[in-house]
Amino acid sequence: MTQQPWLQRLCEFARQCLVVLPAAALLFVAGCGQQGPSDSGDIKVGEFASLTGKEATFGQSSHHGTELAIDELNASGGVLGRKLKLLTEDDQSKAGESKTIAQKLISRDGVVALLGEVASSRSLEAAPICQENKIPQISPSSTNPKVTQIGDYIFRVCFIDPMQGAALAQFARETLKAKRMAVLTDVSTAYSVGLADYFKQAFIKGGGEIVVEQKYSGGDRDFKAQLTTIKAAGVDALFVPGYYTEVGLIARQARELGLTYPLFGGDGWEAPELIQIGGAAVEGCYYSTHYSPEVKDPAVQKFVASFKAKYGSVPDAMAALGYDSAMLLADAMKRANSTDGPKVRDTLAATKDFPGIAGKITIDANRDAQKPLVILEVTNGDFHLVKQVAAE
Amino acid sequence: MTVFLQQLINGLSLGAIYALIALGYTMVYGILRFINFAHSDVFMVGAFAGYCFSRIVPHASIAGALLIMLLSMAFCAVLGVIIERLAYRPLRGTSNLAILITAIGVSLLLENLVLLIFNATPKTFPSLMADHTFTILGGVNIGSIDIVVFIVTAILLVALQWIVLKTRIGAAMRAVSFNYQAASLVGINNDRIISFTFGLGSALAAAGGILYASKYPSVDPYMGVLPGLKAFVAAVLGGIGNIPGAALGGLLLGMIEAFVNGSRFSTYTDAIAFAVLILILLFRPAGLLGKFQVEKV
Repeated sequence: MTQQPWLQRLCEFARQCLVVLPAAALLFVAGCGQQGPSDSGDIKVGEFASLTGKEATFGQSSHHGTELAIDELNASGGVLGRKLKLLTEDDQSKAGESKTIAQKLISRDGVVALLGEVASSRSLEAAPICQENKIPQISPSSTNPKVTQIGDYIFRVCFIDPMQGAALAQFARETLKAKRMAVLTDVSTAYSVGLADYFKQAFIKGGGEIVVEQKYSGGDRDFKAQLTTIKAAGVDALFVPGYYTEVGLIARQARELGLTYPLFGGDGWEAPELIQIGGAAVEGCYYSTHYSPEVKDPAVQKFVASFKAKYGSVPDAMAALGYDSAMLLADAMKRANSTDGPKVRDTLAATKDFPGIAGKITIDANRDAQKPLVILEVTNGDFHLVKQVAAE
Repeated sequence: MTVFLQQLINGLSLGAIYALIALGYTMVYGILRFINFAHSDVFMVGAFAGYCFSRIVPHASIAGALLIMLLSMAFCAVLGVIIERLAYRPLRGTSNLAILITAIGVSLLLENLVLLIFNATPKTFPSLMADHTFTILGGVNIGSIDIVVFIVTAILLVALQWIVLKTRIGAAMRAVSFNYQAASLVGINNDRIISFTFGLGSALAAAGGILYASKYPSVDPYMGVLPGLKAFVAAVLGGIGNIPGAALGGLLLGMIEAFVNGSRFSTYTDAIAFAVLILILLFRPAGLLGKFQVEKV
C-alpha cells in the first residue's frame, strides 16, 4: 500500500518538529538560565525536601513547618517590603537528586537562599553547589558535623551529633543508671555511625563500658541475630542510633527475644510510625530530640496552635526546625537589609540568641547552632517530655 | 548453648520465609525453564493486597486472618494468570532472553504501579494474629508468627509436592515440563497448564508476602526486591526446579545469615551468603538437590 500524500506531508512535518522543537526548548532554557536574583517582585526562597520515599515523614513535616513560616511572614507584610515565594522540590529521599535540584533552583529559578535537607547525606550533596554560587543554605535538621564544614555559606538551625551523643551518654549514666551498654548501629547512614561514635566516646569518658557493638544496614527487616548476641552479653540498656522504621522493628524483636531493659536513641526516632510499628515494644524507650510540643513557652504554644489549625496535627521536631530555618533566614535578610547572598551570609553568621521554636539559637564559629535539646519517653502510645538539657 | 539454639531458631524462621518465596520461583522454572523475576513483586503486591483487605475484613480472629490470606492469594493468582497471558504468552517460543527481559519489565511495572497508588511511604501492616512469645528449653524465645510461618511453609510444601506428583493436573505439569510438544500431542492443553502454574506460583508469593508483612509489619513498594533476590539464591542453592531443594536452600540461607549477623562480621552477611552460593555451585553446579533428581517437576 502506498502512503497517502497528506500522510506523507504530516510525517515530514513531524520530522521537522523533532529537529526544531528540542532546539527551541534548549534556547528557552538557556534564556531562563540567565535570569538571576532580581531586586523587585517576590523574594524566591528554594527548598528541597524528601516529600516522598523512605524519609517522607521527616520531609513532609519539615516542609509543612517551612510553609507555615513563609505564610506567617507574608501575612505580616513579608520581608523588606516584598513577599516571599517558596519554591519546593522533592528529592524522593534518593541519593543524587539533591545536587541536581540545588543546581536547578539556583541557576534556573534564581533563588536567594536554599532551605534543606533533613538527611545529612542529602544536605551534603547540595552544599557544594550553594557554596560555589555564594547562596546561603540553611539545613533545618541535618545533625552530622560535616554538613557545615563544606563552606562558610552552609548553616543549620539544629544541634549537631557530638552534642547529642554527649547528652545521651549523660542521660544513660545519670537517669538510666546504666554502666554496661550495648550499641546497635546502622552502618548504611553517616548519621547513625557518627552518633554511635560520639555516644561511645562520651560514655567511656564518663566511666561507662560498651560491652557489645552490633551492626545492621538500613532496609534490613530481621535483627534477631544481632539482638541474640546483645542479649547474651548482659547489659543495662541498648543504644540504637537509627531511623524509626528499623527502630520499631528492632524494639519488637528485642521484646520477643526477652530483652526487658530500655532502648534509646537520637532524633532519627521521631515519627508516629515508631509507635505504629513498634507498638507496645517501644513503651518506656527514650530518645533525644530538638523540641517538644509540651514545652510551656507561649511562642511554642502559639506555633503548635497555628500548625494544628493549618495541618490538623501536632507539629513534631522536624516541623519546628523547618519553621525555624525559614524564620532565621527572614530575620537575617531583615538584618542585612538585603537579599544578596554574601550579605545575608554575614548576618546569618552573626546570629545570637535568635528565639527559635526549638530553643534559642546562637550560630557559632562553625555555623552550627548552639541550643538546648529535650529527651522524650514513649508512654501510653505517645511521646512525653522527660527533661530539657541545656547547651554545654 | 542457649545463644546457639536461639540463633538456630532465628535462622530457621528467616529461612522459612525465603523457602516460601523460593517455591514459586522454582515451580515456574521447573515447568517453563524461565526465571520469573516479577515473582518478588507479586510477593509485594500480595502484602499490599493483605493490607487493603485487612481494612474490610475484621481480622482479630484466626478465621479473619485466614480469610485475608486466602483473598490475597486469590487476588495474586488472578494477577499471575493475567501477567502470563499478557506479557509472557505472546513471547512463548521466542528466545528465552526476550522473556527474561519482559519479566524484569513486569517487575518494574508492578513496583511503580504500587508506588503510584500507595506512594513510597512505608505503611504499617496490621497485626493479623495475637502476638505471643513462647519460651522453650530455658531461655530460647520463639514468636507465634514464627511458628505460623513454619507451619504454613510446611503445609504449602507438602501440598505442592502432592499437587505435582499425585494429581492429574500435576501429571500434566510434569508432562509439559518434560516435553512441550509431546504434551500437546497427547491432548494436554498447554496454555491452561501454564496459566495454572503461574496462578499457583503467584498465590504462593502472596502467602509469603502476607507472612513476611506480619513478621516485619512495614510494607513498601520495594519490599520484595531483597527477599526476592535471597529467595532466588535459595532456589539456585537447593537446585532450581526442585521443590524440596527450594525449601532446603531457603532454610540454609536463613541460617547462614543468622549466624553471620550475630557474629562480629555482620556487615559481611550478604557477601558471605553469596560466597557460599558460589562455592556450592562450583562443586555442585545443579545445586544441592538438583543433580540426582531424575524427574524434575
